[in-house]
Amino acid sequence: MKTFEYRTATGLADGLEPGAVFLAGGTNLVDLMKLGVATPDVLVDVTRLPLDQVTELPGGGVRIGSAVRNSDLAADRRIRTGYPVLSQALLAGASGQLRNMATTGGNLLQRTRCRYFMDATMPCNKHLPGSGCPAREGDHRNLAVLGGSDACIATHPSDMAVALAALDAVVQIDGPAGSRSIPVTDLHRLPGDTPERDTALEHGELITAVDLPVLPVAARSAYRKARDRASYAFAVGAVAAALEVKDGLVHDVRLAFGAVAPKPWRALAAEQALRGQPATRESFLAAADAELAAAQPLRDNAYKVTLIRNLTAATLSALTGDVR
Amino acid sequence: MRLTVNGAQHHLVGLDPRTTLLDVLRERLHLTGAKKGCDHGQCGACTVLLDGRRVNSCLILAITQPDARVTTVEGLGHRGEPHPVQQGFLEHDGFQCGYCTPGQICSAVGMLDEVAQGWPSAVTESDSEDLLADAEIRERMSGNLCRCGAYPNMVPAIREAAGR
Ligand SMILES: Cc1cc2nc3c(=O)[nH]c(=O)nc-3n(C[C@H](O)[C@H](O)[C@H](O)COP(=O)(O)OP(=O)(O)OC[C@H]3O[C@@H](n4cnc5c(N)ncnc54)[C@H](O)[C@@H]3O)c2cc1C
Ligand code: SF4
Ligand code: FES
Ligand code: FES
Repeated sequence: MKTFEYRTATGLADGLEPGAVFLAGGTNLVDLMKLGVATPDVLVDVTRLPLDQVTELPGGGVRIGSAVRNSDLAADRRIRTGYPVLSQALLAGASGQLRNMATTGGNLLQRTRCRYFMDATMPCNKHLPGSGCPAREGDHRNLAVLGGSDACIATHPSDMAVALAALDAVVQIDGPAGSRSIPVTDLHRLPGDTPERDTALEHGELITAVDLPVLPVAARSAYRKARDRASYAFAVGAVAAALEVKDGLVHDVRLAFGAVAPKPWRALAAEQALRGQPATRESFLAAADAELAAAQPLRDNAYKVTLIRNLTAATLSALTGDVR
Repeated sequence: MRLTVNGAQHHLVGLDPRTTLLDVLRERLHLTGAKKGCDHGQCGACTVLLDGRRVNSCLILAITQPDARVTTVEGLGHRGEPHPVQQGFLEHDGFQCGYCTPGQICSAVGMLDEVAQGWPSAVTESDSEDLLADAEIRERMSGNLCRCGAYPNMVPAIREAAGR
């Protein structure tokens, strides 16, 4: 590991000098430093900032401090009852030990698990711009079918972020140039021809919190994750869904897909196709198809299209009370 | 930098910022219970309790934990009087080669505390459920791998410890 200076952050808007990065739980950053993929000169520890609380917002809704640990958030009563999809997504991720360290901010900003990205000796446009993308011809079994580019087809690995995308969450940001807030669905960017940039954040911008809006439909929500073993593995496909049915028709719905795109994939086309339709498996499959029409699978990841289609129908069906 | 490990205070001088908590425990304090299985958060062999919570010590830079209270497997129980989880592993033969065992035991101690606080797991469906059912123990302990596959006996070992 390359050596670095260490200090604790003192203010929210301090920003970062060139070569410096924020450190939260370290479960992704320290790993990437050991692998030689991340080579910061300075680590600025943000875990001592007063950002470790879950609080109720004045107009309703919940504010999740960016330093709240994944395990604490998953166990929070307000999350378990008001936004069960978020608690379930957190608990489906990593392990008890990792969730005890991992933070809300760090989880959102964790980097892809693409094996070439994680191997400093390999070419990869994300860790070395212009070096090429060996995944396109090589191992892309768990890489993107939606939103990828010629330059990069990485998937975003977070479970939590998929739930947040479905929940219309808003990211609160602070930095030397001031504070701003953006929908979580605008936090991660598609790779285009600059895959080295994962997000819309400027260097030195700090995520201070994630806000969940008042969202009645979220009370009936769920997260389903498919993976290669029963637990302690990243998703190969995941669905976050919230559903409200009235008189047999879909009254309101939120839907997001995980492990299929460079960002948590809010499935707006599917949602639109579903509103007002009968809450049946047939409608759910048709809605998934509406979203997946844009899929561009490669040699070894076409299974994801079928997987997400079926996961969508299964998750929504279960939410109607009709478990299949 | 100060670090309290198993109740004893240590002053670490000249610590390289790159040193993980696991390396401090093993190389500086010669507490070799916690193992370096993968060094990447993937196996749980390095599990210790940090201020009472189970964590992977291989992904924690020691320098980030001034004033922390660390408990390793060496700090559980007393000579001749093992911790209930250690006792459970002995009685139920919860290991084969023993390599993963210190991590399994620390993890189980942390996990039982999480259960006592009512924390849900990925397989918890309702509040009324038995949080120490077999499926619950398996899911909650899934962050600890065992190459020998000694899992079946760990499950009753852990459940029994919860009752002691
Ligand atoms: C073996 C293993 C299995 C895993 N399995 C899963 C899984 O199944 N599902 C899943 O979702 N995740 C999984 N993870 C990933 C884990 O969830 C992430 O590593 C964790 O959430 C990162 O959080 P952290 O606080 O440790 O971040 P860090 O590692 O500290 O930071 C990650 C990034 O975020 C930046 N950052 C952190 N906080 C802020 C902030 N407030 N503002 C701006 N930037 C910030 C850092 O600079 C860094 O770039 C797994 C990890 C491991 C090692
Ligand atoms: S998919 Fe992206 S991260 Fe993976 S090798 Fe290609 S450029 Fe790198
Ligand atoms: S050595 Fe830390 S998890 Fe494997
Ligand atoms: S007992 Fe051998 S690795 Fe678990």
